[in-house]
Amino acid sequence: MPLAKQRKLQKVSREKMMSRLVLTGAVAFAAAGFLALPSQVEAKTLRWSSQGDIATMDPYAHTESFTSNMQHHIYDPLVRRNKELQIEPALATSWTIEAPDRWRFKLRQGVKFHDGRPFTADDVVASVARLLDPAARARGNLSNVKEAVKVDDFTVDFVLNGPYPLLLNDLSGIFIMSKGWLEANNALKPGNTTTGVTTFASTNANGTGPFVLETYQPDNRTVMNVNPNWWDKPVHNITRIEFRPIKSDATRVAALLSGEIDMMAPAPLQDLARIGGADGFKVVEEPSLRLIFLGLNHRAELQAEPGKPNPMKDKRVRQALWHAIDLDTIHRRVMRAKSRNVGTMVAPPIPGYSAALDQPLPFNVDTAKKLLTEAGYPNGFKTKLNCSNDRYIADEQTCVAIAAMWTRAGITVDLKTESRATYFPLVDKGETDVYILGWATLPPMDSYSVASALLHTKSGALGGNNPNGLSDPRLDDLTKKAAVELDEPKRRAFLTEALKITRDEAYFIPLHQQPVAWAMKKNIEVPVFADEYVRLWFATVN
Amino acid sequence: MIRVLLARAAQMLMVMAAVTAVAFVIFRYVGDPVLIMSREDATPAEKAALSQALGLDQPVIVQFGRFVGRVLTGDLGNSFRNQRPVSGLIAERLPATLELVIVATVLALALGIPLGVYCALKPDSWLTRSIQTISLIGISTPTFVTGIVLILIFSVWLKWLPSFGRGDVVKLGWWTTGFLTASGLRSLVLPSVTLALFQVTLIMRLVRAEMIDVLSSDYIRYARARGLPAGYIHRKLALRNALMPVITVTGLQIGALIAFAIVTETVFQWPGMGLLFIQAVSFVDLPVMAAYLLFVGFMFVSINMAVDIIYALVDPRLRTRAA
Repeated sequence: MPLAKQRKLQKVSREKMMSRLVLTGAVAFAAAGFLALPSQVEAKTLRWSSQGDIATMDPYAHTESFTSNMQHHIYDPLVRRNKELQIEPALATSWTIEAPDRWRFKLRQGVKFHDGRPFTADDVVASVARLLDPAARARGNLSNVKEAVKVDDFTVDFVLNGPYPLLLNDLSGIFIMSKGWLEANNALKPGNTTTGVTTFASTNANGTGPFVLETYQPDNRTVMNVNPNWWDKPVHNITRIEFRPIKSDATRVAALLSGEIDMMAPAPLQDLARIGGADGFKVVEEPSLRLIFLGLNHRAELQAEPGKPNPMKDKRVRQALWHAIDLDTIHRRVMRAKSRNVGTMVAPPIPGYSAALDQPLPFNVDTAKKLLTEAGYPNGFKTKLNCSNDRYIADEQTCVAIAAMWTRAGITVDLKTESRATYFPLVDKGETDVYILGWATLPPMDSYSVASALLHTKSGALGGNNPNGLSDPRLDDLTKKAAVELDEPKRRAFLTEALKITRDEAYFIPLHQQPVAWAMKKNIEVPVFADEYVRLWFATVN
Repeated sequence: MIRVLLARAAQMLMVMAAVTAVAFVIFRYVGDPVLIMSREDATPAEKAALSQALGLDQPVIVQFGRFVGRVLTGDLGNSFRNQRPVSGLIAERLPATLELVIVATVLALALGIPLGVYCALKPDSWLTRSIQTISLIGISTPTFVTGIVLILIFSVWLKWLPSFGRGDVVKLGWWTTGFLTASGLRSLVLPSVTLALFQVTLIMRLVRAEMIDVLSSDYIRYARARGLPAGYIHRKLALRNALMPVITVTGLQIGALIAFAIVTETVFQWPGMGLLFIQAVSFVDLPVMAAYLLFVGFMFVSINMAVDIIYALVDPRLRTRAA
């Protein structure tokens, strides 16, 4: 008998046996269920993996979203994101705007930290002071707050630098630590790279969250147990989480298929079909908040042709570049039909998004050529195209495709792809003509993130990611207005207007929205979030 | 003997100084840690403050001076990523890598020497031919392919062995060992076989070539003519002489194994120094990268020196000869 056939037969018979076993098990379990006391909880362990590990347990010593994500299971913020990613009360139950620069928060009563200490206003004040310490790496996450002031045991005022509409967005990422615990372990000050201070809080954790940290072994495992005294009513049924980081994609997939882990997030795109086709596993996909687009050089000259005027200063040239990209082909061939083509700079769930703007310029080489001729470049021009090859999904292949498409429209493209470690410094110095960039508006999840970092002229705290000289007084004005507007509909209108100008002028060329894909065993239910956060307090193991 | 050692020590210092300089220069070109460490929408002021805090705003020569000064006092700095002292991070990972390398080396010697001797003594048997063929595959397959194939067979299909990690470990002071638990030993199998495969082939081929060489030399022929038993000739007279280069190569290969372990550790998520280094590279964690390079350089140099000493012990002629 051929070996393959033999193996198949063996597999079939093993599956039959397994199903029989499972059936017996299920009957036995049902019987046990009748006999057991109703209060007894069955142990449900979820073992999952991702490619990276947590940087540190100290919430204020890093700015990594994955690390925040993991810490969110142990620590609670004052306000949090619900299943629809809307902001809802967490450790704070309500809030009022006392003055444009003073917000008052009522705190939840009866909450206890994992070590049994009660949660009060003192903890919030100490946490904010620790976060705003000059040594704290994450200080920028709350840059508009001056201080937190205790009003009474369960009321806290946040004093701001001025009117600031995104305070709740910021607070949804700020975890509250216990003052007593920090004091007892000599960790009131955060860790500091320069002075070499590591604190007890870098390797230990004590929050109010749904899970309690049991073990933290970097690059090996992080284990958490359910917090039976959590203030919220759990919708999950997990009693234990084992996180095992696995860097290699192939090994991670093997670990899932061999049953050593129950879930992986994210799952590599090239393996989705294989995992989805395997018995007992499933793949869950969702469009991510991260949009990929091309940034352009808006200075007087192009890097590719120094000494000549920059053709991209002409709106028609920028639109021609857009018209010349065949997004459907990229969607089908490069992104394996997992992406969504876009025409604007933010994803649908983000405040400021407008469906009317979300239309790419149609792919048409003739229109592109016509626009180039009108602009005075009938024979095209020369430009550089710089791309990362390890930052976004299929970033290199996307750029190779675009270079080929532009060549067809008569433009000479000098394509260079490199690792993110050297690519982003290049972009940041403005040494590019066209460059690929992804933006997820995280952590605030608001269009203001695009306006303030990408669209505003580079000056002071604004335009931090606008290295190539984009400067439009209308965009600057709208950004500044949105920054202080406390009336939400008005604020959103400013941002939508800024996105409309950006599209009309083709200041950026939006490409597509990346997918998020997770893979897991069939018996696990976990919602996939567009911000790529794994929120296991919504997960169930059946 | 002492002069040999002193000369060796001086060479060692020079090599280490060169490694330090090269490590530092390379790191000017691997990227900007500030951009990787900052939030996506960090303001220019935030980035400037971070750059200053890390001392990266200083001229290169000042940075180099500080780096050398710190290294000389034994301070390897703090990891940019998780702000813990680098020496602590390395000490944490060292046991995992060393246990893996030791097991792989023992495996390589235990398999490589007997196989090599067999191939030399029975050059025409069918077993020798198949061993030679298989060893060619072993020497030409890249480590990551071997690793993935082993995982596929033994973890995914047969479900006999774990595909990643170190299993449960036992703490002995600051050392953690996987030798004392069942899951620790099971976890060792696939990575150590993967890491040893190349070495087995290498040692086997080396022993075979040396043995053939020695067996055809005059003193073996005289020993045969004298009627000494074959076992005595092969074991005491031939193998002992054939092992000289094996000692050198094994010694040097231990250093190479620690370096090769980067790939194996990444494939099997083995929490050793290689994995630490790979993560440092993708994060532009300069202190960790520098410390790793220095450490590996130091290992190579010390192993070289140890090999020289062992050589002197095994070969009496070298004891008197100056370096």
